Amino acid sequence: MAARKQSQICIVTVTGIDKVGIIARLANAMASANINIVDVNQKIMEEHFVMTMAIDMAKADIDIVKLKKKLDRIGDEMSLKITVQDATIFKAMHRV
Amino acid sequence: MPISVEEVFETVKMTLDHHFDIRTVTLGINLKDCMDRNLQRFTRRIEKRIIEKGLLLNKFADAIENKYGIPITNRRIAVTPAALLLEPLPRNIKTAVGLARALDKAAKKADIDFIGGFGAMVQKGMTAADEKLIDAIPQALSKTQRVCGFLNLASTAAGMNMDAVVKFGHTLKQLAGLTKNGIGCAKIAVFANVPEDNPFMAGAHHGIGEPDFSLNIGISGPGVVHNVVLQNPNCDLTELSEVIKRTVFKITRAGELIGKELAELMNVSFGIVDISLASTTAAGDSVAEIIEAMGVKSMGLPGSTAALALLMNAVKKGGAMASGNIGGLSGTFIPVSEDAGMIRAVQKGTLTLEKLEALTSVCSVGLDMFAVPGDTPAETLSAIIADELSIGIVNNKTTSVRVIPVPRKKAGDIVHFGGLLGSAPIMPVSKSASPKFIARKGRIPAPIQALRN
Repeated sequence: MAARKQSQICIVTVTGIDKVGIIARLANAMASANINIVDVNQKIMEEHFVMTMAIDMAKADIDIVKLKKKLDRIGDEMSLKITVQDATIFKAMHRV
Repeated sequence: MPISVEEVFETVKMTLDHHFDIRTVTLGINLKDCMDRNLQRFTRRIEKRIIEKGLLLNKFADAIENKYGIPITNRRIAVTPAALLLEPLPRNIKTAVGLARALDKAAKKADIDFIGGFGAMVQKGMTAADEKLIDAIPQALSKTQRVCGFLNLASTAAGMNMDAVVKFGHTLKQLAGLTKNGIGCAKIAVFANVPEDNPFMAGAHHGIGEPDFSLNIGISGPGVVHNVVLQNPNCDLTELSEVIKRTVFKITRAGELIGKELAELMNVSFGIVDISLASTTAAGDSVAEIIEAMGVKSMGLPGSTAALALLMNAVKKGGAMASGNIGGLSGTFIPVSEDAGMIRAVQKGTLTLEKLEALTSVCSVGLDMFAVPGDTPAETLSAIIADELSIGIVNNKTTSVRVIPVPRKKAGDIVHFGGLLGSAPIMPVSKSASPKFIARKGRIPAPIQALRN
């Protein structure tokens, strides 16, 4: 069903300590699952390194549960907290 | 306008650090069409329906939890008030207990932790079936694990049914005696003006004004509100109210989105969003600590009622702006045993039963999850209930009582219930309250609500 959708935007959020290769690792993971990266932003907030990555899962080979597992593994290896959430939730919470 | 890193981070922090969750998705199920004069036929039908829908509820709730990354902590079912379902059946305790067992079995098979609705609406009078249900409560709730009960003993329109209040005092004592540390009493709440669509246990049921199925969402988030109050240590109370309102708006919107989508997936109607700050025993997830973060030295001290009223008002306004379907109880629970700050306040002596009662006149529910000595007479329990429900009747609001008379414990002891239910310090209560007043029975008439149409 997901394949028929035009786009399904999710937001990947990475928090932790900045280091070399975060974006490279994530980009690799996304490419191998046929997930398109739409946008990347990063900032230092309250002493946290925060990076958000908007991805389009419409043509992805895996579902969000499998992607989460993949990202958890990367998070464990690089000592980062990585979450992935459908973008609709942010629009609902932050836009009237 | 695209979502900024700050906005994403705010949401992520709410769930990772401040315990933001969808506290419960509760599916209301109508069982009236399953009624029968034969108990086996009846229970077969209700079990089938509850299991089928319960499994679906869990399946879709898991999918949505994964999609949005916000935990859906509890998945529950509420059914048509059981006393109504008992009407055509033989009028004995065994039948009522049989119904409770069937609900319990179905909930277990569907992996639903609590099923609500073993109760009756008796604010004005009791039918023979209502009486049997109340008589069956001690057995029904002590012999089952997942069944929750409720009784509506009073309403602003009908007044208070003191016959039922007196009866329930004895019921509670029996139930306490049949369960470890009286814990069975945590599974039943009695109400004035009970809402028909409240998703929170123990009082949840599927009211008679509801459709066949209705999905109600309970959102919590004391930790989120606590954090935002801590972030604003010096602003005045007008500004503080605004800050809380904005935060509650955001979490309510998340709840509404999730509720609507879940209802659509299940192909049932979406009921209401109940935005109630409900504490858990996790550190930082306490309503008392919000009040203390506002500047009250300890919950229960002078200033607490005003602070709680401010909090309630801001929560309701933020919720009402965020969703057109606000309902249930919507406000703040102040349970004692489930809230680390409340427990501390009782132990320090700043929070007494009398002050707790005063606080309930501005909060959304009532005297919740507090423990009293096991030798408290049934008449005193009835008198505590009558006092609390009067606040609801006169102020045209919901009030409830969930009290645990803990056998063999005395004031000052502490009892550990474990899990979600936490620990409760036993609160002192006068043994000789008002037996003569309670023994009069009858009905306390409904108040005049001004001379309006």
